Amino acid sequence: MDLTLNVNGRPREFTAEPNELLVERLRDGLGLTGTKVGCDTGQCGSCVVRLDGRSAKSCLVLTVAAAGREVTTIEGVATPGGELTGLQEALRQEHGTQCGFCTPGMVMALGELVENTADGDAPTEPEIREWLTGNLCRCTGYHSVVRGVQRACAAARAEAPGTDAVGDAMADAVTAASGQEG
Amino acid sequence: MTAATGESVLQGQGVLGRPLDSREDPRLLRGEAKYVADIDLPGTAHMAILGSPVAHARILSIDTKAAEQLPGVLKVATAADFTDVMPLPCIWIPGGVESHFPPHPYGLPGARPVLTGDAVRHVGDPIAAVVAETPRQAAAALAAIEVEYEPLPVVTRADEALREGAPQLHEAVPGNLNAYWTCGDKDRTDAAIAEAEVTVELDLVNQRTINSPIEPRGAVGDYDPATGEYTLYATTQGPHNHRFLLSALVLGIPFNKLRVVAPTVGGSFGTKGYLYPDMPLVLLLSKALGRPVKWVDTRTGLMNSTVQGRDHRQHVTLAGTRDGRITAVRATSHANLGAYPSTIGPGVATALMGRSISGMYDIDAAFCEVYAAFTNTVPLGAQRGSGRAEAAFLMERLVDRYASEIGMDPAAVRRKNLVPKEKFPYDNGLGWTYDSGDYQLNFDRAIELSGYADMPARKTEARARGKRLGVGIASYVAICGVGPSTRMSKEGMLGGTWESANIRVHPTGEVTVTVGSASTGQSHGTVFAQVAADELGIDPDTVQVYEGDTLKAPYGQGTYGSRSYSMAAPAIALTARKIKGKLVKAGAVFLGIPEEKVVYAGGKVYEEGNEENAKTFAELAMAMWYGWGLPPEIEPALDETTHFDPPDFNYPFGTHVAVVEIDELTGDTEVVAYTAVDDAGNIGNPKVALGQIEGSIVHGLGQALMEHAEYDENGLLLSSDLGHYALPRAFDAPFFALDKTTTPSPHNPLGAKGAGEIATVPPAAAVVNAVVDALSDLGVIHIDMPVTPEKVWRRLRGEAQ
Repeated sequence: MDLTLNVNGRPREFTAEPNELLVERLRDGLGLTGTKVGCDTGQCGSCVVRLDGRSAKSCLVLTVAAAGREVTTIEGVATPGGELTGLQEALRQEHGTQCGFCTPGMVMALGELVENTADGDAPTEPEIREWLTGNLCRCTGYHSVVRGVQRACAAARAEAPGTDAVGDAMADAVTAASGQEG
Repeated sequence: MTAATGESVLQGQGVLGRPLDSREDPRLLRGEAKYVADIDLPGTAHMAILGSPVAHARILSIDTKAAEQLPGVLKVATAADFTDVMPLPCIWIPGGVESHFPPHPYGLPGARPVLTGDAVRHVGDPIAAVVAETPRQAAAALAAIEVEYEPLPVVTRADEALREGAPQLHEAVPGNLNAYWTCGDKDRTDAAIAEAEVTVELDLVNQRTINSPIEPRGAVGDYDPATGEYTLYATTQGPHNHRFLLSALVLGIPFNKLRVVAPTVGGSFGTKGYLYPDMPLVLLLSKALGRPVKWVDTRTGLMNSTVQGRDHRQHVTLAGTRDGRITAVRATSHANLGAYPSTIGPGVATALMGRSISGMYDIDAAFCEVYAAFTNTVPLGAQRGSGRAEAAFLMERLVDRYASEIGMDPAAVRRKNLVPKEKFPYDNGLGWTYDSGDYQLNFDRAIELSGYADMPARKTEARARGKRLGVGIASYVAICGVGPSTRMSKEGMLGGTWESANIRVHPTGEVTVTVGSASTGQSHGTVFAQVAADELGIDPDTVQVYEGDTLKAPYGQGTYGSRSYSMAAPAIALTARKIKGKLVKAGAVFLGIPEEKVVYAGGKVYEEGNEENAKTFAELAMAMWYGWGLPPEIEPALDETTHFDPPDFNYPFGTHVAVVEIDELTGDTEVVAYTAVDDAGNIGNPKVALGQIEGSIVHGLGQALMEHAEYDENGLLLSSDLGHYALPRAFDAPFFALDKTTTPSPHNPLGAKGAGEIATVPPAAAVVNAVVDALSDLGVIHIDMPVTPEKVWRRLRGEAQ
């Protein structure tokens, strides 16, 4: 059937089979290969994209169900070769990647968490780990990812209007991290 | 003391040893890195593989006619299409012992054919390949292939496969015994055990696990009829090795007609160094069809085809004195090789495990024997910490059992038996000679950092909350730096295991380093640049690292067994020293002074005592490019290569302490604290190493608590997707208390030891020791992995294992 997806802010028109998965359309149809397929069953989270702003596993979404909605993929997060977002930069600083295969899905899933906390409470370490439940990583053991999210949340809160200064927020994050070491 | 960030494990003075950000990260974070599944060559056709639905059967007929008629189908191939193709070789055949393999890779009994035609031997055994215009068409056509099977009896356990009357997998391998392998001194060990004041025994199951890199395997074959050249893009951690195995041993094509490219590879942990049927298939079918052929596995496909790990059933014995001195250790192991010998699986199950069983301890008599058997399961291979983790598990369980038997603290028993510092190099009597170490320092630091002395109070406190707290220690020595090629030949390795590096200095002063290694996520581009920059005294940002393409990179064996930093990095350092040596000679010419007055430091050459008379690295690079005025004994340009074959392996080690809390009501085991003090010699980039250590520990916790490749009595893999095979998730591990000791290895110029996977070796033993500690008052002396809530719940209620 003919339909339109709004992908990374741009309308894309095509014909899709009724049983086509969104991840197939993104990767094979639109060439947006930043979204990965790791497990086919919704377990690993490598295929997470944002649908109308909410993170979703694109291997569990039919393309037709996404018709007319706003789809954001990793390619829509930062410009190619350009400046990283705050979350990406924080993950870089904490080396929250290794092989990188699960990384785009994590960035998509965690982006929502960081955005949610910019003007609210900073997530606790258990909350970050809970949020990460839908994303599997075999390389890092998640610790560097959790540290990256803490760093990103602190920076986001510091930049948000009406919150503490950057230094205070980073100090909070460091204190929180040091409490988790032992 | 602790290392929550890379900075705190910083050690070096120059560029090397600093926690530089990984230069690979930005493109990974943007989703720009190209993995095999992302490669889209013009005209690509897509392959799907029909795997057997049953574990053991004779194939009576295969009918592909219906499949061939389906829309988009270009070709359906079976074994009959590949009668001139050799089976996939096994290149690590337990050496110096009785084996059913001749010492040559051709025609191995039991070796896996590209597609099986006579019988299937495990669920997923490849029977046919379909190539179609789209992946969906290829997958759909599999269902239309009609195969008639005559069912055969199934065996999935190594010990059962060796019993009389067991189902036979291969006609050429009677009794299913691939190898009976031993190491150590049997008579001496038996005598020590017979005479001992105390002996303890355990029956252990080191369960089969699945590495589960998040990226499934994939392969793209591209044959060029104009040149007769084949290109394979594949999920490989050893492109040169795959090139050698495929061209020389499987396809019988000239070595220089095959190019193997490893693009970005999404994790491996051992599994992507193996030769799999899909690799020759995409090449052969690309040639047959005149189009690129691409295959990407599914998760369930991976579970049923990619090598699995561990899988030993062991009877182990330890002897000692009443006052805690260990006098002997003996292990009998039944190793499950699966249905076919994988590329190096037999060596993993024997030498890597057996020679490591005495761990950090100075033991007078030790012996290990392994019966390696074929069964109707997926072939066995390496898994993060392979062999060494299995060894550490048995030894560290035994030490705790012994401590309990003689009523001594497990830490005190360990402390008493550590190999003393003055005994290095230390021959462990099982075939390894440990290079260097300060085990006491390492052990004491781990015990102190873990707060071991406070555990009794913590146990009391936990009981008040309805929790049983247990503490478990596990120490280990991990053989890394494979390896000395001659030594490996004695282990039965068919092939060299050296590593190489090339450094090319460009006229503009930038440097390209190419290595035979290939990253599967270890930031080689960052760390190897640090090595070259440190040696040459230049800015690491001017150094570019290339690897993973056999057309461009010098030969090398790839990334496995935590060898890249202690094998490829020394090759880089030695090559940089060649460059420096040449620049000193040339510098004498350019500066107009005798060679002995030339100093190379800080990225320039200058006259000793007169730093004004100097040439910078960039100036020298341009001068060497021009080559003007060079005497005949100095060749122009700067382009050097080193093949590094170390004098011996290196032996990282460490001590981990796990603290668990068991819920009295549910049996749930939570790791509440974890301390790890590892010694990997000199570390190149602490931030990169830290990430690998953290990931490794979580991997080990996974085996202890949840991972299990479980086969039913029909040989069906029950845990064949991630809904049924549990991997640790973010909430399954606490933050760790990490520290390190540093004992450089004398076996390479960097003093490096393996680091990447070593921290996977002890966690399973540490956690199970902790769980047994928590349950010891119930009479529990062992509990099999994975330590699931149900198992613990039953033990809490007095049920036997």
